[in-house]
Amino acid sequence: MAGRDITASGSRATDGRPRLEAVSPRYGEKAIFALLALCAAISVATTLAIVISLIVPSIGFFGEVPFADFLFGTDWAPTFADATFGVLPIVVGTLTVTAWALLVAIPVGLLTAIYMAEYAPTRVRRVVKPVLEVLEGMPTVAIGLFALYFARPLLEDIFPFLPWGGPFAVGVAGIAVGLMIVPLVSSVADDAMRSVPAGLREGAYALGATKMKVSARVVFPAAISGIVAAIVLAASRAIGETMVVLLAAGATPQLVAPWDFTESIQTMTAFIGTTATGDIATGTITYDTIFAVGALLFVMTLAMNMLAIRLVRRFREVYE
Amino acid sequence: MTQETEITPMTEPQPEPPAHDALSEAAADPAAQRGVETHVVPEHRERKGGKTDAVFHIDGVGVSYSGKPAVRDVTFDIAENEITALIGPSGCGKSTLLRCLNRMNDLIPGCEVSGHVGFHGEDLYGPRVDPVRVRTLIGMVFQKPNPFPKSIYDNIAFGPRVLGVKGDLDEIVERALRRGALWDDVKDRLKDNAYGMSGGQQQRLCIARCLAIEPDVILMDEPCSALDPISTGKIEDLMLELKERYSIVIVTHNMQQAARVSDKTAFFTVELSEEEHRVGRVVEFDDTEKVFTNPADPRTEAYVTGKVG
Ligand SMILES: Nc1ncnc2c1ncn2[C@@H]1O[C@H](COP(=O)(O)OP(=O)(O)OP(=O)(O)O)[C@@H](O)[C@H]1O
Ligand SMILES: [Mg+2]
Repeated sequence: MAGRDITASGSRATDGRPRLEAVSPRYGEKAIFALLALCAAISVATTLAIVISLIVPSIGFFGEVPFADFLFGTDWAPTFADATFGVLPIVVGTLTVTAWALLVAIPVGLLTAIYMAEYAPTRVRRVVKPVLEVLEGMPTVAIGLFALYFARPLLEDIFPFLPWGGPFAVGVAGIAVGLMIVPLVSSVADDAMRSVPAGLREGAYALGATKMKVSARVVFPAAISGIVAAIVLAASRAIGETMVVLLAAGATPQLVAPWDFTESIQTMTAFIGTTATGDIATGTITYDTIFAVGALLFVMTLAMNMLAIRLVRRFREVYE
Repeated sequence: MTQETEITPMTEPQPEPPAHDALSEAAADPAAQRGVETHVVPEHRERKGGKTDAVFHIDGVGVSYSGKPAVRDVTFDIAENEITALIGPSGCGKSTLLRCLNRMNDLIPGCEVSGHVGFHGEDLYGPRVDPVRVRTLIGMVFQKPNPFPKSIYDNIAFGPRVLGVKGDLDEIVERALRRGALWDDVKDRLKDNAYGMSGGQQQRLCIARCLAIEPDVILMDEPCSALDPISTGKIEDLMLELKERYSIVIVTHNMQQAARVSDKTAFFTVELSEEEHRVGRVVEFDDTEKVFTNPADPRTEAYVTGKVG
């Protein structure tokens, strides 16, 4: 060892012993490290701040409204003089929109992803991928307008036998949200399927599998964790979506069955959106209600993400 | 050809001599499986003076990727129930040629094959040939073991399942594993994930997986390059056993391996073409013993004796 230069500079100390210390204090390295850590800390701190800002008013809220009345009550009229706080109608409204959205986004998104990852020639990919990305970046207010003024009349023409009422319909809003999240589902699932090693595909082709069998039996299962992630991400997007439902689903917090396609409803986000932009004073029960609904929304998405993690662990096909 | 009828769940009992000229029949047509009815004597078989025991008849084959030639002018025959080794320095197109033989190259965009590849007298690149069907008759084992991330059982059952083979799947799986010399290693853990096996076991699994669909030919692209000598020895023994039933083409960088197991050897090398491309071609094709002890070409001699890489 003694005969070899192993220090950063390659130089030796005067006494002939090898110099093993760093040549410079490397302040740049330390500064970068601090900057990176700071950035990571910012998002952690923000998350914490949001959670706290949700929890504190919620505690105030549950001081006045019993927890069970809130969670299981079926009358939602928190801003009325004779206020009731049964959150179920707007929870069901949110879940209904999400269900319609996923009903559209999962099949369309996953089939698009399979097409893009396995079938599409490079030329087609080069066109379709950017188009999907544009759709992904579309302002949600534009999609809301599309739903209200275009999709709603179109669907009424196609399905005139449905009990169409006013301008708002939960199903229309759900489908619009669904179309909005198709690119999210397809791009995440596409990435997951494309990262399946080529060797697995070749192995299947070499056994005489057709393209369809290779896609469905090898690539899709191998990519399942990414696909589940795509769906969960999409569902979170749908649950949290505000603008489209504000414009297209109405503001009627009524408890309707999920298949009542043409009913007007209100979602949790739409409630928060309309109420918070109204004239409310801090410290009032209405003010606290907004945060209680926000906290519930947070718990719902959190629960869904945790479920997804478990699903992924269960179904994952690990490849190296 | 030498397949026993009881181990061919996907076919009718086969008459001798075998006829594989139904390649072009759609895979979906069960009556056409390993077709017997439509026997046409192809003209090049007559050209070869009635010699019909060649599995592959490779004639003037060249392959290019996106217009750049990778290998050209390859001509030799691959005989039935023999092991044919393809040797030569890296990049000379051994894998490329091997992948032509079961039309795996179709999967690479920009890859073009010229010349003629006959498979039991049928043009492998004929207009009516279905590459999916071709691959059910000509199996392939890859350099890196590539088991599916599924159970051992499901790996073997994959081929029969996608081909819609009727019959007792358990039996098919056991037979394939036994023939792949893997049954005793794994019989108690068929439901375990294949990724829990050692590299050598995984490679034997891939061989067994290929056997489960009863191919005629097995193409192996450096099947032992990732394995230790003991696993390699096992796979070599396995190959010698399998050649009783199948024809095998193996690419290897291991000279001793080629010398130990193969009957015929093709030596490839890289030459500079007129357009200054590096193009692979076959320098010598002969009995393995001849290639290794008394090669006709000095380049072959230099390579097999290890004088040049
Ligand atoms: N998918 C591909 N796309 C483009 N060029 C390729 C592709 N595969 C191989 N080639 C080229 O074709 C030539 C032959 O490659 P090939 O893989 O057949 O060599 P090989 O003899 O198998 O080498 P090795 O012993 O290293 O595996 C090389 O020059 C390589 O760059
Ligand atoms: Mg190779």
